[in-house]
Amino acid sequence: MAVLVIADNDNAHLRDATHKTVTAAQKISGDVDVLVLGKGAKAVADAAAKIAGVRKVLLAESDALGHGIAEAQADAVLALAGNYDAILVPATSGGKNFAPRVAAKLDVAPISDIVEVVSADTFTRPIYAGNALETIQSSDAKKVITVRPTAFAAAAEGGSASVESVAGADAGKTRFVSEEMVKSDRPELAAAKIVVSGGRAMGSAEEFQRVIEPLADKLGAAVGASRAAVDAGYAPNDYQVGQTGKVVAPQLYVAIGISGAIQHLAGMKDSKVIVAINKDADAPIFQVADYGLVADYKTAVPELMDALSAAGK
Amino acid sequence: MKVLVPVKRVIDYNVKARVKADQTGVDLANVKMSMNPFCEIAVEEAVRLKEKGVATEVVIVSIGPAQAQETIRTALAMGGDRGILITSDADLEPLAVAKLLAAVVAEENPNLVVMGKQAIDGDNNAVGQMLSALLGWPQATYASALEVSGSTAKVTREVDGGLQTLDVDLPAVITADLRLNEPRYASLPNIMKAKKKEIATKAVADYGVDVAPRLKVLKVTEPPKRSAGVKVETAADLVSKLNTAGVL
Repeated sequence: MAVLVIADNDNAHLRDATHKTVTAAQKISGDVDVLVLGKGAKAVADAAAKIAGVRKVLLAESDALGHGIAEAQADAVLALAGNYDAILVPATSGGKNFAPRVAAKLDVAPISDIVEVVSADTFTRPIYAGNALETIQSSDAKKVITVRPTAFAAAAEGGSASVESVAGADAGKTRFVSEEMVKSDRPELAAAKIVVSGGRAMGSAEEFQRVIEPLADKLGAAVGASRAAVDAGYAPNDYQVGQTGKVVAPQLYVAIGISGAIQHLAGMKDSKVIVAINKDADAPIFQVADYGLVADYKTAVPELMDALSAAGK
Repeated sequence: MKVLVPVKRVIDYNVKARVKADQTGVDLANVKMSMNPFCEIAVEEAVRLKEKGVATEVVIVSIGPAQAQETIRTALAMGGDRGILITSDADLEPLAVAKLLAAVVAEENPNLVVMGKQAIDGDNNAVGQMLSALLGWPQATYASALEVSGSTAKVTREVDGGLQTLDVDLPAVITADLRLNEPRYASLPNIMKAKKKEIATKAVADYGVDVAPRLKVLKVTEPPKRSAGVKVETAADLVSKLNTAGVL
């Protein structure tokens, strides 16, 4: 039994979601290979080869793969699928984009966003915005699975797998036009140890930046936002935490001016410690918060900044 | 051109799903059901394409119990032209749904399929990608902007880290993200008019597609409950508690 893990990367860096997916793969089988899809991505393949327990790394490169075009990604994976019993993909926007395509071509049921490997054919995944967990057993001979990175620990470094090149693939009827990435020096939201999120209460983009960003910087945290804050234009789409945004599980999640709708909780309720600052004592966020402060953020956040300074942060 | 919009009847997004005591699933008896929010966005986009003179016909399709007809009526009241209901009492898996939709596409020959990126019940985010794979069409998922011109569509997609723009040949499958548009409310006159629009009722068996489940649900459980938290009085108190918890 062998498992193929598809690496999450941006052509230059191997992302942490890969290490977490390798951990999930190792619960299925000891024979884990990693496939890097990209363009000019040799450094990514070398980084993947250092993950402990990885048997070998395959590197497929083409222009279309460098731009994350689903048709090319699926074709590159399908070319290798015959050698594997399971294909595991990090449940990032890129992974979720091509994994179901692979499953359909193999005529197997995709298994989305698993949070636990029960056995080689049985997995647990959240449904209904995380309000229920289903345990499902697959009868397909080959399995195509996306893995929720926050649910697994990262595999350690210390491996020395070989890297070999395999065929790339083209984009078919799709052409890359452009991309526009949000520039940020803060930690990546999905992998951050601390996340500070703001909601509708901020009232404007300027206020969001004025309140949330200094606190995030003080804590070395990533910045998140509720859908209301994103829809109102206070924060970029990419900051959204929730059922339709990113799922995070940091050590500390600080929700400021966020009421705590079901869809938001779906994205953060597995955080280790949740802090809520909200002036509405009845806000649903207090039902999941470990520490709640009922106060206007306008006074509470400056006080929090001072208290952190006093504590030597 | 013809646009096909698949829609799904799901638990209303404001309702908190309750797990059945026997762990066989989520209790949907007497629970408010609605159109999946992402499907509403897909319908809205298709209707806007029609209003711009790009689309000539918007066909709504749903697979589900007889009550899914209400979901189709809602889409028709928003501006869809006619509906197709494929009745099924079983909760079909994404693979089966994609195969049925591929069969509908073969019959209807649309130039574009616009659908939601995921249903808020199964949270699979798979059917659109699978449909385009089965058809051999290009896909553009998580669309936040769509511009159709001639035989191609320019689609801006929400990806981790920002936005990506792709150009795809038609026919294609586009899946809608939340930011694509703000769906309209159906007006009362349009709701009345929608009652006269045609809905063809079909059965899964009419399509000769293998819909046998591949996944067996062993159990459905409640997620672990978080233990009750405490309210703190001051920011200083909060910081000292967080220090004690070792998370700062």
